[in-house]
Amino acid sequence: MSTRPLAKTLDLTIAIGGAAGQGIATPGNILAKIFARRGLHLYSYNAHQSIIRGGHILLMLRVGETEVLSHGDRLDLLLCLNQDTMDRHLGLLGEGGRVLFNSDDVEPGEPNPGVHLCPMPVKQLTGDTKNKVIQNTLSLGVMMSLLGADFSLLADALSQSLGKKGPAVVDENVGVARAGFDYAASSFEPFPQPLPKGDRPVAVWAGNDAIALGGAAAGVRFYAAYPMSPASGVLHWMAQNGRSLGIMVRQVEDEIGVANMTIGAAHMGVRAMCATSGGGFALMTEAVGSAAMMEIPVVFINVMRAGPSTGVPTKTEQGDLRQVLGASQGDFERFIVAPRNALDAFNTVPELFNLAERAQCPGILLSDLLISEGTFSVDPRAVNLQPAIDRGALVQDPSPNGDYHRYADTKTGISPRVLPGTEGYVHVVATDEHDEAGVLISDEFTNPFKRRQMVEKRARKFETVARDVAPPTLEGPLKADVTLVGFGSTYGVIKEAIARLAEQDVDANQLAIKWIVPFHAAAVTKALAKARCIVIVENNYSGQFAQYLRGETGITAHAHIRKYDGEPLTPRHIVDGVLDILHQETAVYVPTQEIFV
Amino acid sequence: MSHATLEKPSVSLPHTPASAKDFKGRVEPDWCPGCGDFGVLNALQRACFELGLQPHQLLVVSGIGCSSNLPGYMNAYGMHTLHGRSLPVATGAKLANHQLTVIATGGDGDGYGIGGNHLAHTARRNIDITYIVMDNQVYGLTTGQISPTSRLDMKTKSTPQGNLEWPINPLTASIMNGATYVARGFSGDPKHLTELMKGAVRHRGFALIDVFSPCVTFNNDNDYPFFKQRVKKLEDVGHDPSDWKSACERAMEWGDTIYTGLFFRTERPSLDGSEPILQNAPPLARRPLGLTAQQGESLLARMM
Repeated sequence: MSTRPLAKTLDLTIAIGGAAGQGIATPGNILAKIFARRGLHLYSYNAHQSIIRGGHILLMLRVGETEVLSHGDRLDLLLCLNQDTMDRHLGLLGEGGRVLFNSDDVEPGEPNPGVHLCPMPVKQLTGDTKNKVIQNTLSLGVMMSLLGADFSLLADALSQSLGKKGPAVVDENVGVARAGFDYAASSFEPFPQPLPKGDRPVAVWAGNDAIALGGAAAGVRFYAAYPMSPASGVLHWMAQNGRSLGIMVRQVEDEIGVANMTIGAAHMGVRAMCATSGGGFALMTEAVGSAAMMEIPVVFINVMRAGPSTGVPTKTEQGDLRQVLGASQGDFERFIVAPRNALDAFNTVPELFNLAERAQCPGILLSDLLISEGTFSVDPRAVNLQPAIDRGALVQDPSPNGDYHRYADTKTGISPRVLPGTEGYVHVVATDEHDEAGVLISDEFTNPFKRRQMVEKRARKFETVARDVAPPTLEGPLKADVTLVGFGSTYGVIKEAIARLAEQDVDANQLAIKWIVPFHAAAVTKALAKARCIVIVENNYSGQFAQYLRGETGITAHAHIRKYDGEPLTPRHIVDGVLDILHQETAVYVPTQEIFV
Repeated sequence: MSHATLEKPSVSLPHTPASAKDFKGRVEPDWCPGCGDFGVLNALQRACFELGLQPHQLLVVSGIGCSSNLPGYMNAYGMHTLHGRSLPVATGAKLANHQLTVIATGGDGDGYGIGGNHLAHTARRNIDITYIVMDNQVYGLTTGQISPTSRLDMKTKSTPQGNLEWPINPLTASIMNGATYVARGFSGDPKHLTELMKGAVRHRGFALIDVFSPCVTFNNDNDYPFFKQRVKKLEDVGHDPSDWKSACERAMEWGDTIYTGLFFRTERPSLDGSEPILQNAPPLARRPLGLTAQQGESLLARMM
């Protein structure tokens, strides 16, 4: 385990480990709220299993004074809710780390030098209570003391979080927390740096919340889903907020139904969206092409998890790139975008809707478990809940013309839409090939002229709109020893790795790809033209992105960093990979996951 | 099959339809001469006229198959969707614009085979959609294979030695699944069929009309004479459509007598009628987009 140089500003990672059902989420959420209200930034990642009770969970919450780019790769404070956590993770703490555990049930292991063991006599401190998760509250009190924070921060957070359960529950928890706080103050040495305070409170969003909120801001009025990890958070947010916002939310019998229902709604003129993971997206696949053929704008969200098939439902991967690129038979246009983090996902949803509506085609947003189930701090000043809405060409003329051609072959390729129900513009849309009026041509023996006309019209409208999508730019020094290329969620961890590489006198820069389609081949080629060593970083085995990049640009990367064990990349993985590539000329570096075993 | 498509001059000019012909679409059907689907199309156009519908207030959604070409032959908003997916598309459309009259059409393979799961759930939701299934007991557009309603032992291209699988009963299945208007018509009796369709559209809830619509090309077993000799109207035998047990018994009969008519009807809140955000409000598709400043602030405050 490498150690970070002593940070000038706060950079601390707290981990809570235990079995599912031990109530890990609640203390994690309370800590996140405390930090966010104090204006501190954070990112949390929950390594868990597809299990409701039992198993092993490790929630990592990294807090800092500036934007936290990843969950990092060092633990400073570990709360062991069970023996398993102690046995698995104690060895990961280095000098200055603190390990909290219930000394009634958990035997401490042999810590690394300089690690502070902090045993909590839970029974003695909590007295005679039937509350099975009381040690979590006690631990929060202890943590506040170790963090050098004022107890009132925790008391306020507990009152707010447990207020609904009544004053007796609040009093019991605050009392127990206070006991933990006082016990720690007299028994354990706090971290040297007391908890700082940021300028202003920040918001705390899970990526799925951000996607859902982005949909609401974009004007989504119809959301359908079939529950599937790690996309269900979008459904839950929508179900929670939909009725008050005037958003129709439906849980449908399967993802085939989801996608087709969404398309039916979108054709009527609402902005409609659905989210799933790869397996569900596989079922939606045929509908993606039908939206393209009928020219109905609709947004699909695919939150990637480790596959293939049912795969590893609670683990992350960037393994569906090829799937979304190949989703649906035939040759057709659609946008595919992979945002970097929660805030980016929030901003991307309205942008994708604008593009999809202008080009009257499907848009696919590619998230992953890391983004969707990760928790991010977001500066509320960066959040625009009333983004620009561009619905594209809609027939506004209320006077009927009687000769409306839904698929009129215009110069831009864009045929103005009419929302069904409008008088005088009756037309039929079809998944069969059709002519400008929407009349099927598939049953004609052959009509190569009309077929070619329609294929080119659809391609042209996409090109018209896709021109407005911003190309990627190189971040970091222009001249660098290494250029790291990734897509989607690897942005933050690569950025952090670059800062660390600089400390080791390795100059690196990053080309982060967000738009998969349209892919800016010319801009990418130019950005990589002078790169001394191109390293592609991706969270899959076969290098799906590397293959795509090569296909689009002809560029073959010098080396690769790939991870496919279900856990996300950490900065150290990339730093070690780059050093290994530079010194050993490794072609494909596969980091070893050490934290969650 | 004929491939003739006749371009017509402009259609859909707004005026109150003067006859059923005003619901004729841009092109003439390319069904085989004698196909049962002609009778269904004619009955539907007549029902729409007699109901006083305007073409722009009507959305006809189909799947894929011979009969699913129907929306193209109607002067109405239409969606010719994927094989088996007419019902979810129609459901999304109805929820997004609940002021439209939504009719889904298709065949037995489309609705009872590949789309069977959606039929069960659409019935359960009791959304205000009329679903007309042109049931010819065979796959026609793929040139003659068994369908979910093909009889036992039927010989087709995919069952040259005879069909081993028991046919589905769409009527009893839909009654059990929660459909609130379940009927069967015969394209050889368009007058009766028109009345069933009118009743289905007027009914507030999910209505299924299974229509015997003979395939004159690929089904020699279930042709016009087969049905003409057997069909008997429930209205003529004093059936009470509120009696679901009797409805199921009548629907199970398949021999010298095969019943047509309204088997079952009940009142239950429809999905669109019970979804709070649709009540006393314009269609979702006609509402402004995006969040108000107040909604935005309150959401952001909650997500802090």
